[in-house]
Amino acid sequence: LSALAVLEQRDGKLNQGSLSAVTAAAKLGGPIHAFIAGSNVKAVAEEAAKVEGVEKIIAVENGAYDKGLPENYAPLLVENIKKGGYTHILASATAFGKNLMPRVAALLDSQQISDITAVESENTFVRPIYAGNAIATVESTDPIKIITVRGTAFAPAAVGSGSATVEDGVDPKVESTTEWVSEDLAKSDRPDLSTAEKVVSGGRGLKSKEEFDKIMLPLADSLGAAVGASRAAVDSGYADNSLQVGQTGKVVAPQLYLAVGISGAIQHLAGMKDSKVIAAINKDPEAPIFQVADVGLVGDLFEKVPELTEKLKSA
Amino acid sequence: MKIGEVLREAGECQLVVHLSIESTHPHPTLFPRYHKTMSALRILVPVKRVIDYAVKPRVNKAQTGVETAGVKHSMNPFDELSVEESVRIREGKKTPVEDICVISAGPTKAQDILRTAMAMGADRAIHVETKEGEDLEPLGVAKLLKAAAEQNKSNLVILGKQSIDDDAGQTGQMLAGLLGWAQATQASKVEFTGGDSVQVTREVDGGVETLKAKLPMVITTDLRLNEPRYASLPNIMKAKKKPLEKKTLADYGITAEKRLKTIKVTEPPPRQGGGKVEDVDGLVSKLKELGAL
Repeated sequence: LSALAVLEQRDGKLNQGSLSAVTAAAKLGGPIHAFIAGSNVKAVAEEAAKVEGVEKIIAVENGAYDKGLPENYAPLLVENIKKGGYTHILASATAFGKNLMPRVAALLDSQQISDITAVESENTFVRPIYAGNAIATVESTDPIKIITVRGTAFAPAAVGSGSATVEDGVDPKVESTTEWVSEDLAKSDRPDLSTAEKVVSGGRGLKSKEEFDKIMLPLADSLGAAVGASRAAVDSGYADNSLQVGQTGKVVAPQLYLAVGISGAIQHLAGMKDSKVIAAINKDPEAPIFQVADVGLVGDLFEKVPELTEKLKSA
Repeated sequence: MKIGEVLREAGECQLVVHLSIESTHPHPTLFPRYHKTMSALRILVPVKRVIDYAVKPRVNKAQTGVETAGVKHSMNPFDELSVEESVRIREGKKTPVEDICVISAGPTKAQDILRTAMAMGADRAIHVETKEGEDLEPLGVAKLLKAAAEQNKSNLVILGKQSIDDDAGQTGQMLAGLLGWAQATQASKVEFTGGDSVQVTREVDGGVETLKAKLPMVITTDLRLNEPRYASLPNIMKAKKKPLEKKTLADYGITAEKRLKTIKVTEPPPRQGGGKVEDVDGLVSKLKELGAL
């Protein structure tokens, strides 16, 4: 058994979220190597070398891998997996991991195990299905196991006193058939939604983008929270799609999840029901969100939320 | 020659020049492909029959899966987006669409969703009938679709980013890998930009990114791509007459081998709602009590 954790970098910085893969790999019990590729990869590799529990960093210096395009990244990974003889390949279920790993699995003729929430043994894993309405325990028979890891179930491994060696990986230099053109990322000074300790999330009840911003943003700031949204709010244009919490959006598990004007469809609950404390404000006393909320307040959000924001600020 | 025709010719000239730049390959030849016109699209749209999104699935007593008997099923919501996008590409008339073929592997009832897809505008359907216990894993589906794409001379496959039953989110990427095609997952916008070039905006953590690729390619759909239409009654009637070809896994050289063995399926631990508070002060003190503030 030997595991390879696939790490991500952006502009020469290690993506902390990708370190969930190391945490999951540690549950397997064997040696852990980590993989990183891109331009000026040396600094990132040195940072990754300090991650607890990692023995070796395999680094490939090549700007062609900066955008994580699966058309060249998948063959790159396959060559390094073969060279290192790894039995378990793990990556966080981020946009990068979800896009890349199934392609790697197909090239290795392996049936990927997606979005695991627990490691039972070296070949048995737990993962949610049906939007988390059922939990499946599955056993893999493939010699090389390709795994994506749910970040809320495995906290990112700490960058600390590790002292992994750094080694150059092989680079097959496959041309990508896709070309990266541009990106448009939401800029925010608030905490990152996926990893925030507190999340305030708004739904259809907010009624417009103006109201969403006017009501939710001050509430978020009074708590130091990240802002999330239901699919209904995103579809209606009240909030950016990158804020969507749910089965097909972000999965979050903060210390506090405060749902405002969200009824609580099963697809939404799938994305937040592992939060430590759930609170809800909704005018409909029958809203399903109250069935999972530790504390619920029935009332008009346009009145209750500003009052709450004021009280939190003055507290 | 009238001035309009001259202008049109000039426009076409521009297009040709543009194409020759676009088709510059890592290994340029001495003969740029001036003659190359855009390929007519042959779109393959895989669809899956799943438990309806509004139904809360229940784990069966034997803990081997969820109850499916007597439960409402419909087309996987992401697959509706794929069918809709294919039809819109045809309606947009920017690039000619020769064929929109929907395909589904599943029990006899999978034909219902194939008919729905044809009522939405697909031209024809392939039903790969599977027997009880022959359900495919994503890798098996990808192998089946590879064979189907080759057989049908498809140059574009549009499929959902995930199915809402298994939530694996693998098939499109696997298919692209097996075919060696370009992939653009979680698409929120698809544009044909001339020749065989396709520009896709995709949803990533924190926002969107835009990629450019050439056909053939695989695109997986995300929620904001479009709003699927409802099939009208006349179109539902017409769909009954559209061709539906029946196949078996063996026709594609596929077996339903399992790489993942399901040990058990259980209910998630229940979460108990903790009751309600009267006012904002009650909310604040309860949250403090729970250690959340």
